[in-house]
Amino acid sequence: MAFGPYLLLATLEGLVMAAVLALTALGLSLVFGVMRVVNVAHGEFFMLGAVLAWWVSSLVSGNPAIGFLLALIVSPLIVGAVALVSERLVLRRLDYKPEATIVATIGLLYIIQQLVLTFYGPEARPVVAPFDFRIRLPWFGYSSYKLAVIAASILLVLATWFVLTRTKIGLVMRATQYDGEIAQAFGVPVDRVYAGVFALGAMLAAVAAVLIVPIQQAHYLMGLDPLLLSFIVVIIGGLGSLRGTVVAAVLIGLSDGIISVFFSPTLAKIIATSFVALVLVFRPQGLFGAETR
Amino acid sequence: MTGRAPSGRVFALHAAVILGLLILNFVLPEYHRGVFSRVLVLAAFAMGYNILFGYTGLLSLGHAMFFAAGLYGAGLPVYHLDWSVAPAFIAGIVSGAVLALAIGFLALRTTGVAFMIVTLMFAQVFYLITLFFTTYTRGEEGLVIRQDLRHLRMGDLDLALTDPSLRYLIALVLFSAVLIVTLFIVRSPFGRSLVAIRENEERMRMLGYNVFTNKLAAVVLSGAFCAASGAAYALLFGYVGSGFASIQYSILPLLWVLLGGAATTLGPLIGTLFMFYIVDFTSGFMPAYLLVVGAALILLILFFPKGILGSIRERWAPWLP
Repeated sequence: MAFGPYLLLATLEGLVMAAVLALTALGLSLVFGVMRVVNVAHGEFFMLGAVLAWWVSSLVSGNPAIGFLLALIVSPLIVGAVALVSERLVLRRLDYKPEATIVATIGLLYIIQQLVLTFYGPEARPVVAPFDFRIRLPWFGYSSYKLAVIAASILLVLATWFVLTRTKIGLVMRATQYDGEIAQAFGVPVDRVYAGVFALGAMLAAVAAVLIVPIQQAHYLMGLDPLLLSFIVVIIGGLGSLRGTVVAAVLIGLSDGIISVFFSPTLAKIIATSFVALVLVFRPQGLFGAETR
Repeated sequence: MTGRAPSGRVFALHAAVILGLLILNFVLPEYHRGVFSRVLVLAAFAMGYNILFGYTGLLSLGHAMFFAAGLYGAGLPVYHLDWSVAPAFIAGIVSGAVLALAIGFLALRTTGVAFMIVTLMFAQVFYLITLFFTTYTRGEEGLVIRQDLRHLRMGDLDLALTDPSLRYLIALVLFSAVLIVTLFIVRSPFGRSLVAIRENEERMRMLGYNVFTNKLAAVVLSGAFCAASGAAYALLFGYVGSGFASIQYSILPLLWVLLGGAATTLGPLIGTLFMFYIVDFTSGFMPAYLLVVGAALILLILFFPKGILGSIRERWAPWLP
């Protein structure tokens, strides 16, 4: 294969990764933006989404599309419920203090991981894609499902954007993000907004995981990479800025896809991680974020 | 702070703890002596973490890199260059202190949540580097340092670090040294200014203290303690692997300190000891020790944010340092 098509392949792979990353990071960014909580268990919500997708689709026999669609609905709902319960039982009682919530979500991370290991096991298991004909490009065939993942992610990001900027729910969320106390004074049920946002953030991660699981198998340790990458994306995009998060996800997904094709993936991670640490040190508002208040 | 602590009682308590641990060497059954040796070395790690987290109020999520810097700083020269034990131990501490100086210089420009994530990121970079140079470190699989290299030779004296009793005593020496230095620091003007920075940074700045330099000194000191613990771990137990640089080893000292009581000199020992035996006990009937770690973290932060010694100090013994 010549260099051009090779680069195209790397770009497509990078875009698939960016699509999943954008959704996962959006969830993390939303939770941080509105609640000022750094959710270290976010990667485990992703992993839980993938594992539940396998479980749901294994219950349904017949056409794989039915099982997949069912998983796409059921898995985020369960993950959202788990997030909601942990928010009510733990985070709320900690008054959302940043340090305490980090410690608590680390605890949550270990609990979810260990429970999945106990009940699901250490194997990696695939979910059959709902459809998988190959689209013939002049140089190579490409999976139609991967293109569908990109399209689905774009739709979901647009939907999230619409909800945040054009609906009452979004208005309430933005008001809480801007100033929780004032919002409370104006009758916004801040407490319920927090619960909803935390569940929504986890559900976004779960949807991303269901989308990726036909490409990458479900495994109990799969949560760490999305967590670190989401951190990277959210930080580069500016903590709590949605537009920045999406732009950064595309940037990181693409560059990670392309660098990993041409160089060692470990080296790519080393470079990306140190770059992010330095961005956070020298430009804490992120590359695209505005100055914080 | 509740007035100046009565020195006599404080010194007596610490001397009694060290003496008690010394006696345990001759009383404990073999298995538990092994566990205690490990706990003493790792308690030094926790005490190093406590300097930064407990006293200075900086929550780092990347202390595994300082521990691992000591581990590799001491282990690699012994394994590849046949260094003897004493210079290797010093090399371990120096690598940790130098790394801490560099990381502190960068990371201390941030505060709060950003500080936690920056330290987490730097530790992840360190971990990935140990994987990247797998030719020298053998990555996750790690290096096993040969027993005949783990001898401390001074003149005619030849001590095998593999001997269980000697290993326990050396671990105790390390622990006691770190404990005494910590106690000394905590009671010094420097230690008090760290606590003051934790309580009100702006005010300290207004009073004319150089907050950045004080914090940097705390990071370097904390890094050096953690590296000493890592170096001792490599030399005493003869294993050096990437696992010690992973995120989990950044979380564990946090857990130990929280459990024992942040900003108490003896808390890290109690926390490490308790956690070791909780895991040891539960792994008897269920294999899921991370579940215990997770549950312990959540329960502690919810109901016992001050930890064991912190609660005792609050209720009964306000003189505890």
